[in-house]
Amino acid sequence: MKRVGVLALQGAVTEHLSMLERAGVPGAPVKNPADLAAVQGLIIPGGESTAISRLIRQNGLFEPIRRFAVDWPVMGTCAGLVLCGAAVTGSGGAAPGEAAEGRECRDRLEPLGLLDIAVARNGFGRQVDSFETELDVRGVGNNIPAVFIRAPYIERIGEGVVPLASVGGKIVMAESRMVLVTSFHPELTDDTRVVRHFCGKMA
Amino acid sequence: MAVKQGTERVKRGMAQMQKGGVIMDVVNAEQAKIAEDAGAVAVMALERVPSDIRAAGGVARMADPGIVEAVMKAVTIPVMAKARIGHIAEARILEAMGVDYIDESEVLTPADEAYHIPKSAFTVPFVCGCRDLGEGLRRIGEGASMLRTKGEPGTGNIVEAVRHMRKVDGQIRQAAAMREDELMAFAKDLGAPYELVLEVKRLGKLPVVNFAAGGIATPADAALMMLLGADGVFVGSGIFKSQNPAKFAAAIVRAVTNYEDSPLLAELSKGLGNAMPGIAMHALAPEDRMQERGW
Repeated sequence: MKRVGVLALQGAVTEHLSMLERAGVPGAPVKNPADLAAVQGLIIPGGESTAISRLIRQNGLFEPIRRFAVDWPVMGTCAGLVLCGAAVTGSGGAAPGEAAEGRECRDRLEPLGLLDIAVARNGFGRQVDSFETELDVRGVGNNIPAVFIRAPYIERIGEGVVPLASVGGKIVMAESRMVLVTSFHPELTDDTRVVRHFCGKMA
Repeated sequence: MAVKQGTERVKRGMAQMQKGGVIMDVVNAEQAKIAEDAGAVAVMALERVPSDIRAAGGVARMADPGIVEAVMKAVTIPVMAKARIGHIAEARILEAMGVDYIDESEVLTPADEAYHIPKSAFTVPFVCGCRDLGEGLRRIGEGASMLRTKGEPGTGNIVEAVRHMRKVDGQIRQAAAMREDELMAFAKDLGAPYELVLEVKRLGKLPVVNFAAGGIATPADAALMMLLGADGVFVGSGIFKSQNPAKFAAAIVRAVTNYEDSPLLAELSKGLGNAMPGIAMHALAPEDRMQERGW
């Protein structure tokens, strides 16, 4: 059976592993390229995108994840969405591989560029603005509980990317053929519909 | 659809996103940027780091909101700030400024010697220190969304943080192994709300994230606390009282992520320069022990 890796550098790693368990899918933490080679899907969890971005480079995972995503599906939640994107238009970040300019972007955050979206980091504001709600998600289901924490949103989507849900006109979930991203945290709820939708991409 | 803010899930969830990370004390915008560049998951904005609070004596209060604001403008990662134990007004001020987390902290001089802040009433989440499971569950009962060990702040001495982490962990295992009809008496002994003791037994762990704090001075200290089961670490004086803050900060971040990789820990502990000066516990007068503050 196929196994899904959870990038285990920082953030809500155990939450994703338990969600996979609830969905009946074998999961495994991924800390280095050898771990990545042993899985057939990857979840990049929520956490601090600047911290995770640095650790991806330090643990030699930047190019391996980009290559992995050619053959296998990747899901990114919250910080994971920011990292999967092609550009960060909010506070701090550069385009993939591009030398960052100015203090705001100074190599703090290097998105992996796995799908063509531009992301407003912390677009919904600070922690006091964080919220939970229920979403109707195209092709996945209705009334899906969604927890937004200092959440980003998708400002622009490019070719091959389909929006799946929005809050107040802001896109909070989208997918391409191989990549699924959410601004919110399905792993903080008991509902497994989102992760099961993702696992469908491994078939 | 209905949108709810400040729920338990939203407040505890924020702490879950910090797991496996390092939260660093900073006293100005410049230090905050160094912390962010090193890979900190959040910064704690305060007027003085704990070792300087110790040296200064007198009454330690919430930081000047100007400092907190400058730090919030300087970085994109979450910003935490400290309020005195029981000081509801300081906490409301910090919440109004939009800080991401409040530490109701024994590092500051307590404002109330009987009661803590009623934390459930706030939209902003709180982190509180604890030395044992009973203290931790009392804080959760008041609405804390995250815990940390108290340790002994500003000493650069890990011994108290280790004591507190082991104590909490041992008591969780005790609760988990008990028969349900023994838990009321255990709750009485701990001085903890019965329902929360029951929840700990059911989960086999705390219902909130638990970080290590109070005395972490080196990458090895940080790795030790992770090995003992901490979800992440706070480093107070350990970064900016060391000889080379940027190097110490980056090394501690990597140590927390890779705490089981001893060869890497050896590599990143090399040539860091001097750690902060430490204080032995027997050299501290009882009245100078910050961990005794809180009830």
